[in-house]
Amino acid sequence: MSLTLLLVQTLNGLQFGVLLFLIAAGLTLVFGVMDFINLAHGVQYMLGAYLAVMFYALTGSFVLALILALAAALAFGLLLEFTVFRHLYDRDHLEQVIATFGIIIFLNQGVKTVWGAAPLNLPIPDALAGVVQIMPGLTYPVWRLVIIASGLVVALILYVLVSRTRVGMLVRAGATHARIVSALGVDIRRLFMIVFGFGTMLAAFAGVMIAPILSVEPGMGDSVLILAFVVIVIGGIGSMRGAFIAALLIGLVDTLGRSFMIDILRLVMPPSPARTVGPALASMLIYVLMALVLYFRPAGLFPAKGRS
Amino acid sequence: MTSLAAAKSAPRAVRFNAAVVLMFAVLALVPLAAAFGPESYVLGLVTRVMVFAIAALAVDLLCGFGGLVTFGHAAFVGLGAYTVAIAGAHGVTDMTITLPLALAVSAAFAYVTGTICLRTSGVYFIMITLAFGQMAYFIAGSLAPYGGDDGITLPARSTLFGFAVFGSDRALYYATLGFLLASYLLCRAVVYSRFGRVFRGARENSTRMATIGFDVFRFQRVGYVIAGCLGGLAGFLLANATEFVSPAYMSWQRSGELIIMVLFGGLGTLHGAIVGAASYLLLEEGLAGLTENWKLVFGPMLVLIVLFARGGLVGLAASIKARFSRE
Amino acid sequence: MSDAVLLVENLRKSFGGLVVTDGVTLEIGPGELHAVIGPNGAGKTTLIHQISGTLSPDDGRILLNGTDIMLLPPHERARLGLARSFQITSVLPRFSALENVALAVQARSGSSFRFLRPAATEAALNDEAMAALAEVGLDHRAGVVAAHLSHGEKRALELAIALALEPKLLLLDEPMAGTGPEESERIVAVLKKLKGRFAMLLVEHDMNAVFALADRISVLTYGRVLASGAPNEVRNDPAVMQAYLGEELE
Repeated sequence: MSLTLLLVQTLNGLQFGVLLFLIAAGLTLVFGVMDFINLAHGVQYMLGAYLAVMFYALTGSFVLALILALAAALAFGLLLEFTVFRHLYDRDHLEQVIATFGIIIFLNQGVKTVWGAAPLNLPIPDALAGVVQIMPGLTYPVWRLVIIASGLVVALILYVLVSRTRVGMLVRAGATHARIVSALGVDIRRLFMIVFGFGTMLAAFAGVMIAPILSVEPGMGDSVLILAFVVIVIGGIGSMRGAFIAALLIGLVDTLGRSFMIDILRLVMPPSPARTVGPALASMLIYVLMALVLYFRPAGLFPAKGRS
Repeated sequence: MTSLAAAKSAPRAVRFNAAVVLMFAVLALVPLAAAFGPESYVLGLVTRVMVFAIAALAVDLLCGFGGLVTFGHAAFVGLGAYTVAIAGAHGVTDMTITLPLALAVSAAFAYVTGTICLRTSGVYFIMITLAFGQMAYFIAGSLAPYGGDDGITLPARSTLFGFAVFGSDRALYYATLGFLLASYLLCRAVVYSRFGRVFRGARENSTRMATIGFDVFRFQRVGYVIAGCLGGLAGFLLANATEFVSPAYMSWQRSGELIIMVLFGGLGTLHGAIVGAASYLLLEEGLAGLTENWKLVFGPMLVLIVLFARGGLVGLAASIKARFSRE
Repeated sequence: MSDAVLLVENLRKSFGGLVVTDGVTLEIGPGELHAVIGPNGAGKTTLIHQISGTLSPDDGRILLNGTDIMLLPPHERARLGLARSFQITSVLPRFSALENVALAVQARSGSSFRFLRPAATEAALNDEAMAALAEVGLDHRAGVVAAHLSHGEKRALELAIALALEPKLLLLDEPMAGTGPEESERIVAVLKKLKGRFAMLLVEHDMNAVFALADRISVLTYGRVLASGAPNEVRNDPAVMQAYLGEELE
């Protein structure tokens, strides 16, 4: 277990955590403000990646592809909001789960039909394709650093938006006292649309940014969706700060667990069983973490006030 | 006079429902009809329907009556199935051992995870049941001696005192039907028993239940164990039906499907869980036969059912019946 | 040691900096109806929550028939004979009136870990439940689903549930809240009939009801007992008149 490897994996963990945050942020906003469980949030991430691949093929420019993909994902998200989700806000969680599960099934098959089942690829923009030397003997892909940086920038923007603007104030109030906000005469429907559109864009952004280092394929949103739910539940539903901290925590625990679990186990057991148990333990580590957090803090690490 | 009032207040479903009798009669007659067609295909399909109906009953017990939305119930199905497979790999195939073992393993898992899960409620409960489901899924995938991610084939179907009672598809079919009927009757009895009254009451208002003297947590945990055992039973049968077991049985999508089945049929009705499992799996099968892209139809259908058919198929049937009887 | 059914000693509770219960001491004797009155926000409902166990006090003692119940969860307090009604009606909406009450009977008679026999066919449960419903004048509505009862009927059902528990002490959190004058009168009549059978702690804003029913009255302001005594003493206590009763009694 060398120090360089530890550093590299820590950076990888951060990058994964930042990605999770981009997805979880929208999920926790939508859930916190609208009390709406949107399982389809994961396919919006997938759609972002696919749209970027498509627009890149058309324009040949990553930046253009990014902008067009975000715009298209936003338009599609709002279309979904208008035709389906809007009618689900006052339904119970179970019905929301089923309807949005239906949308997952549809979109997963949809992208397969349109773009085929084979994994696609998006090239890294040339300027950012290389590696950078962080310290002697340690190089790291620039693009992953770009992902980390852009995620942190988004987190900062979100922080400012939520804590300094009027919409942000309504969002914070809505997460804790939705009825009061609607009683104040705020156009709750418009607020919901803004929040929802914003969440969709964040998920799509995550999809675009990850597309160059992950294969773009149908169903890629499903596992990420579950992880994003783990994040918001650990962080406390409706809490942006909780989502940020939990996302980094999950990213680091998962990545480091996968790299070092066997080594750690070998400290306490013979190598052979360690090699068997290690990978299993590593893949369930975050779920163990979540169960532990919920056992001691049944409403997550940072429960939004007013909720229990 | 008091007993008259009591009878009036008895839940509607305590009285026997003609539709339920008809449903089981149809299931009993399927093998006779199947003999004239692609027999093993039909028997296999309907056996699968009945197996998932048992698991869906368990989910209905928790969601529909206990208000406990579980998103990890496929884990119990997997536990039951893996118990059969692992015992089989060690040469133990007799169901006098494997069935009680499958139930015991499921019950133990339900007891331990239930103790933790039931501390939370609402969405947190959904997520923590999912977490345990995922843990079971990953553990199954890591069982290298038993196939790991690829799964494992059963050496043989379960025997009873050494006899190959599941030898024919038809025998397995009727055995599954028997288990389904027993599970259904058990659930019904449980729901309307003293225990069930407390379990249902906890869903309505758990603070109230505590202030009249019930330790709600203990009742919910027992309910969770019962539902876990039913899941394990379904797994035991599923392993026998497919003669193959893999971690995919425990994936969160499977758990989601169980919830969908129950919602499809109608939450909190029990027979709705059976109707739901049947319509979900048959619809899937039918659409898949029609077009390769059946999911493009199936997904939107789920959305439409939620938007326009509240109460599921059973609820739909009831409202149609109500409309006719009014006219 | 006194023979008090309920003894509350020096109870304290605060939320952050807000002190809601500030050293409350109360004693209720057998069969006594003790009313707690006070302006909104005086900490009356919080007091009931702490006695019934849905909120834990920071400090003090609560004894029920000499047993310290401070650390017991609500369901164990209920088993020791403590029943309560809720300020916001909280009957089980999808259960029939009869089933709501039968559940309470079930809670004190035999184990509820019985899984096979339909509870609705247990005559013993139903008969006792019907008796409790009859006491509050709701027996003719036994088969109606609670959600379909009128507000007054739901308040009466709350009482019937409490009765069916055969409590040693009944905590009544504004049993007349939201009812019309006629329904209030009905509830007062029922409570009068029940008086003496078990001890009661009544929190209520309706002063006519309080003075018609109470054996003793404690006045709570800002989480503190301002005065305590027989209705007449309290009525004439100058501090009470100034703090609270003044305008309402003139």
